[in-house]
Amino acid sequence: MADLYTVNKSPFEKNSLEQAIRFSADGASILLIEDGVYGAMAGTAAEGLVKGASGRKFFALRSDVKARGISEDRLIDGVELVDYAGFVDLVESTDKVQAWL
Amino acid sequence: MKLAVQVNEGPYQHQATDSAYHFTKAALEKGHEVFRVFFYHDGVLNGTRLTTPPQDDRNIVNRWVELAEKYDLDLVLCVAAAQRRGLVDDGEAERNGKDATNIAPKFRISGLGQLIEAAIQSDRLVVFGD
Repeated sequence: MADLYTVNKSPFEKNSLEQAIRFSADGASILLIEDGVYGAMAGTAAEGLVKGASGRKFFALRSDVKARGISEDRLIDGVELVDYAGFVDLVESTDKVQAWL
Repeated sequence: MKLAVQVNEGPYQHQATDSAYHFTKAALEKGHEVFRVFFYHDGVLNGTRLTTPPQDDRNIVNRWVELAEKYDLDLVLCVAAAQRRGLVDDGEAERNGKDATNIAPKFRISGLGQLIEAAIQSDRLVVFGD
């Protein structure tokens, strides 16, 4: 089983998304929460990071996306929205959880 | 699944304590066990009963207390972090000669070993903070 990485900082503030992608193994899941959800927006300088990370599954916390006024049609293709129950399911279905703070 | 949760950030700082609370609540509502919530660094500020946020704002401390009462959660403040930030229970007041306590109900102050134990005993450790 693969690992789950949580990223809670904007890719325009810190490089934690880039690092999480770089250090994650193939098959890893990366969950964007809090300001990390800015990394899920299409048409930004960070889009290439996410699109270039083949073999990684990307998720974003729906309530944090909504709280920042990001409409769902502005999300990068392939980013899946989850709620907190989905967050719990991701934790359960992966081997371990690493927070990239 | 048995979970341990670590909170490294103070309330009303960014969003980490909110995330940790909603995650913990969702896990409990799904029937998972939360072995312990360990508050570290500025996270210990989640455990003072003296906060008075505006009435139309969420009360982060009371929210933890209510969740702990409902699910008998173990809420632990790191003792060294608590001493630095003035979080005091009866034992700490006596030991350090303080004239008051401020710890919220359902919270307790203990050592870092409680975090290690929680990590060993649980299937997953989920960390929230800066």
